[in-house]
Amino acid sequence: MTPFTRPVKFAEAAGEALAGPRRDPRPAAERQRRRAEAVAELPGWEDLRRAGEELKDRALLDLGTLLERLEDAVVRAGGKVHWARDAAEAARVVTRLVQAGGREEVVELASAVTREIGLAGALAAAGITVRGAELSPRERLLSVETVVSGAHFLVAETGTVVALEPEEDGRMCLVLPETLITVAGIEQVVPRLRDLEVLLQLLARSSGERMSPHTAMWAGTTAGDGPREFHLVLLDNGRTAVLKDEVGRAALRCIGCSACLDVCPVYGRVGARPYGDLPGPIGAILTPQLRGIEPAYEASLPFASTLCGACADVCPVRIDIPGVLVHLRAKVVESRRRRPVPTPELALMRAAAWTMSDRRRYERALARLNRWGGLLARGGGVRGLSGLSGLSILSGRWTDARDLPVLPRRTFRDWWRSRR
Amino acid sequence: MRVALFVSCVNDALYPRTGRAVVRLLERLGHEVVFEPEQTCCGQTHWTTGYHREAEGLAVRFAELFSRYETVVTPSASCAATVRTVHPRLTGGAPPPVHELTEFLVDVLGVTDVGACFPHRVAYHPTCHSLRVSRLGDRPLRLLRAVRGLELADLPEAEECCGFGGAFALKNADTSVAMAADKVRHVRGTGADVVCAVDDSCLAHIGGMLSRLRSGVRAVHLAQILAATGAEGEER
Repeated sequence: MTPFTRPVKFAEAAGEALAGPRRDPRPAAERQRRRAEAVAELPGWEDLRRAGEELKDRALLDLGTLLERLEDAVVRAGGKVHWARDAAEAARVVTRLVQAGGREEVVELASAVTREIGLAGALAAAGITVRGAELSPRERLLSVETVVSGAHFLVAETGTVVALEPEEDGRMCLVLPETLITVAGIEQVVPRLRDLEVLLQLLARSSGERMSPHTAMWAGTTAGDGPREFHLVLLDNGRTAVLKDEVGRAALRCIGCSACLDVCPVYGRVGARPYGDLPGPIGAILTPQLRGIEPAYEASLPFASTLCGACADVCPVRIDIPGVLVHLRAKVVESRRRRPVPTPELALMRAAAWTMSDRRRYERALARLNRWGGLLARGGGVRGLSGLSGLSILSGRWTDARDLPVLPRRTFRDWWRSRR
Repeated sequence: MRVALFVSCVNDALYPRTGRAVVRLLERLGHEVVFEPEQTCCGQTHWTTGYHREAEGLAVRFAELFSRYETVVTPSASCAATVRTVHPRLTGGAPPPVHELTEFLVDVLGVTDVGACFPHRVAYHPTCHSLRVSRLGDRPLRLLRAVRGLELADLPEAEECCGFGGAFALKNADTSVAMAADKVRHVRGTGADVVCAVDDSCLAHIGGMLSRLRSGVRAVHLAQILAATGAEGEER
C-alpha cells in the first residue's frame, strides 16, 4: 500500500530518533516567536480563529453538496475532476494522466497529500522521473511540461484552487507547465471565495507571516495563458469515515499551517519520522483515524503526547488536539476490550478502578503501600524497587532515569485520623 | 469558611505532606477544613489513558461524595481540571464546586499574602494543566512573590511541558526523560534550591530526576511553601 516502512510503535521510533544527534530547537523557537508576533499585532485573533473553526465545520457537514458544486465549477472552467477512493487509486490516476500525455518527467511540488499517496514512489515505479521544484534550475522550469501539486484550499463556488508555495520557483511551476495536476483531500473544499479572507489570514499569521509570500489561485484553464490542461484529483482515503466521528472529525479542519509542530515538545525532540506520513500532533490525531487504530503502530500514535495542550492553544482553527487524542485513546482501549484475553494494562486499570470505587478496598491498598514503604526503607531505599519482580516492568521504565518518590510512613488519611 | 479538602489519591498515598500543608495553611487563615473519608480518586488517569467506562464510575462516585459540600479545595491543578472539564461529560450534571488551591486563595478568599516565610531561592514550574486547562495565570506567582524571604528565580522555557503526562512517562519513557532532562537543566541553571509546582505528579517526575542526578535541588509543592512560616522551615 505505502512505501513507508512503519516502526512497530511510536515509542521505538522515538527512542531511535533520541539516540541520534540532538535536533536544533532554534529554528522552531524562531518560528514560534514570529508566529506569536504576527498573531499579537492582529486585533481580534480569537474571533478570527472562531470564524475559521465555524467555517470549516460547516463545510465538513455539507461536504457532499460542496464537492458536487466544486466539480461543476472546475468543469465549467475547463478542468477535469477525478475521484480517488484511496491512496493507491489517486497515485494510479496521476500516473495514468502523466503517461497519457506521453511524458517521462514531472515536477512534484511536494505536499502533505502527495506524500500521503506515496506519489513520488508510484511515479518512479512507472518509470517517470520525478523532480522537485527547488532542485530545478530556472531554465529547466521554463521547459517543464507536467507538474503535480497539492493545494491548500478548493473553492466550491468558483472551482478555484489555492496553493501557497514558499518559494518563487514553486509558484512558477503552477503557471508554466502544459499540464497541471493537483491532488487534494476532499476536506479542503470551502464554500465561497470570500471564505479565503478568514482562512488566508489564519494560515499566514500561524506561519509567522502577515501575508503568504506566494499565493497562487487558479480555476480550470485559460486560453493562451497558463496550463492547457488542468486535472483535479480529489482524495478520500479514509476521510469519509473520519467525518462520521463527531469528535474525531475536528481533525479535518486542519489548514496545514504546521504551528502545532513548532510548539510540540514531543515533535521538537523526536522529529517527523516516528509519526509516519503526517508529522506532529495533527498527524497523531489524523493518521490513526485515516488508517484505523487496529495495527499496533497506528494505535500507539494517540499516546504519543503528554496532553500538554500547547498545540490546541496555537491551532488557527481551534482543533482540540488533546481532546481528540483522549477520544482516540478510548477507541484503542475499546478495541482492546474486545480481545479474548485482556491486555495486562486493561487488567491493571480495571483493578485500579475497582480499588478506587470502594473506601475499604482503597484503604487496604494504601496500607499495603505503606508496608512496602517500611520494607523498602529498611532494604536500601527506592532503587531497591526495581529488584521487585512484579513491579519491575513498569517501574523499570520509570527508574532508568528517575528515582521513585520515597514512600511516606503514613498516608494523609492516617495523619488526619490521628489528629482528631 | 468550611472547606472540604479533596487531597487526591496521589497525595494521599505518596505526598501526604502536601495535604498536611493545605490543612495547616487554611487553618492558619482561619478556615475550617473537613476531610470526606470516602474520597479516593477523580479518575483522571483512567480518563486520559482511554479507560472511560472506569473513569465514569469514579466521576459519578466523586459527584455523589462532593456535591453536598459548598466549597471543595484540592492541591492538584490537574485533578481540579478533570473535575471541571471532564466530569460533566461523564456524569451529565454540573461538577461539584472544586477549586484548585491557588484559585481558592486568590479568587475566593482574595488573599495573596498568606503570611508565609520561606527563605529559599525558588523556581516555579507552571504545569500544563494549571496553565492551559485550569488557566491559573499568574495566581501562583502572586502568592509566591508575597512569601517573605523567598527569592523567585526566573525559569527559562517555563511553560514547556516537563514530560510527565501520566501514562506517557511509561509508554514513551525515552521522550519523557528527554523532556525532563531539559526541564531539570533549566531549573538547575537558575541556581534555585527548590522547584515548586501545583501538581505533585509532575513534581514526582521532575523531582525524581533531580534526585537521581543528586542535584541538591528539591521538588516541593507550592502548598508546602505557603504553609511554611520560617523559623521551623517547611515540613519534609
